[in-house]
Amino acid sequence: MRDFRLKVVFNQQVSQRYWHLCLDASSIQEDIKPGQFFNIFCSDYSTEPFLRRPFSLYHFDKMHLEFLYAIKGVGTKALTHYQKGDTLNVLGPLGQFFQLPKNTREILLLARGVGIATLAALAYEAYERGIKVVGVLSARTNDDLVIADTLQSLGMVIYKVTDENKTSDIENVMERLSFILKQRTIDAVYTCGSRRLTRLLQRVSSEYGIYGEVALEENMGCSVGVCYACVCQIKEKEDSQSVRICREGPVFPLEKVLV
Amino acid sequence: MTGRINLKVQIGELLLQNPVMPASGAFGEGMDELVDFNQLGAVVPKSITRYPRGGNPTPRICETPSGMINSIGIQSKGLDDYLAHTIPYYSRYHVPLIPSISGDSIEEFVEMSRIIALEEAVAGLELNISCPNLKGNGLSFGMDEEVTYQLISEVRQVTTKPLLAKLTPNVTSIVDIAKSAVRAGADSLVVANTLLAMAIDTESWKPKIGNLMGGLSGPAVRPVIVRMVYQVAQAVDVPIIGCGGIMCGRDAIEMMLAGATAVQIGTASFLNPTAMLEIIEEIKAYLKEHQLEDIQQLIGQAHSQIKQE
Repeated sequence: MRDFRLKVVFNQQVSQRYWHLCLDASSIQEDIKPGQFFNIFCSDYSTEPFLRRPFSLYHFDKMHLEFLYAIKGVGTKALTHYQKGDTLNVLGPLGQFFQLPKNTREILLLARGVGIATLAALAYEAYERGIKVVGVLSARTNDDLVIADTLQSLGMVIYKVTDENKTSDIENVMERLSFILKQRTIDAVYTCGSRRLTRLLQRVSSEYGIYGEVALEENMGCSVGVCYACVCQIKEKEDSQSVRICREGPVFPLEKVLV
Repeated sequence: MTGRINLKVQIGELLLQNPVMPASGAFGEGMDELVDFNQLGAVVPKSITRYPRGGNPTPRICETPSGMINSIGIQSKGLDDYLAHTIPYYSRYHVPLIPSISGDSIEEFVEMSRIIALEEAVAGLELNISCPNLKGNGLSFGMDEEVTYQLISEVRQVTTKPLLAKLTPNVTSIVDIAKSAVRAGADSLVVANTLLAMAIDTESWKPKIGNLMGGLSGPAVRPVIVRMVYQVAQAVDVPIIGCGGIMCGRDAIEMMLAGATAVQIGTASFLNPTAMLEIIEEIKAYLKEHQLEDIQQLIGQAHSQIKQE
């Protein structure tokens, strides 16, 4: 983990709410894994936004770090002002990453909103390792499902559900998951972006006895485990304990998180 | 290198190689990959409580203009874990280790201070008297002159190591509390903890902090803290450690001109994890630029400048 100063390769709007940021990562020697995140300074010591913003990786290789982000507030809005050639302070890679259990042949991704970007990083890794990917992607509008086509073009089986089509309700998603799990042999399930969907996938993974993981989001202070701002409750034997999302997470075993 | 410049300052019997130390709660083991702790004036780990504590509901942090509000609730693994892990971990560094103690009652402050001060690696104790007194009326110990006096004088009985009292700014007169702390035997005063604050989301109509209110920090509070350091410096003779919104070397210099002998850095480390090291370098550069050889030449200078006029 280091605080890198990285040059913007491009930063472009890809839908009404979503932007795609690509940084020159040629100076990064550290090993980076899907599920990890970077804490980005979206302005230089301004009044607002004041703190950094954590972004999980959407895609990366030896030369580039890519983030897909939605404009949610002053931080992400300020980030849209960065252009090709500008530099950003980028602290990372941070946090725990997704695990693909041994001999995994097919995985199921259940993502909502900007959580789709987090799981896309895992989808790309699975694709490279010859693991099949089925995705149920949920969003407010079809316009928000910006990377669904990209994933589909790689041969992944993608189901889109949206609020605007009234297909994103729990019953419909449950039906979709049951259909997939009956048709296919899913070895592991992953989710990000919705508490409601996380609870649903907890039920499903426990019912079918499938390994699962969830990536959580939270407002962060330091992002390095010092301030204890970003915590969640984890089941520990009979008890629950408060753990740091930036350090012990953001990826947790699905059955352990209390959401 | 600027070998001739002296950055050493004295806090009671503690000699610090430079005046820059972390503020408790904004520093910890997770930063050791980014910061060489041996470069700091001292290390102050997160406040310790007697027993393990889960902390407050989320959200625990929110951003405000030029600052942030936090209400973490001192999530802690308790004293036993602190003695078994935290103190041995910091013992590997050769800068003074100043544990920050947070008790629910005066008895807990006394008990923890006695036990922690026995550790050889411990150079001094910071008493976080800004936390609420659960056996009293729930107000912070440091909001009441009498309680402040009683707490510090009782801790004074159990250790000869330097005691730093971290005052709360949420009082009518910080000078009265400061005098009380010094009378009770505090060797130094940390001025100050965070300012009680609140922010409300105008879309959800709900407070932005799970615990409803929290402590404001960051550059938004700096002028308030500079004022308090100035006032306290006029009233007491012990060294003051200025803490509140210092982001760069010049901010630290301002705090020292107001009367601080050393400074604590908190929020700045969240924005820039290496802020403390940069502040040390910026202080050096400032001294060089102003042809000063000793940082002592700055402490409290705003007071003498006024007298001269």
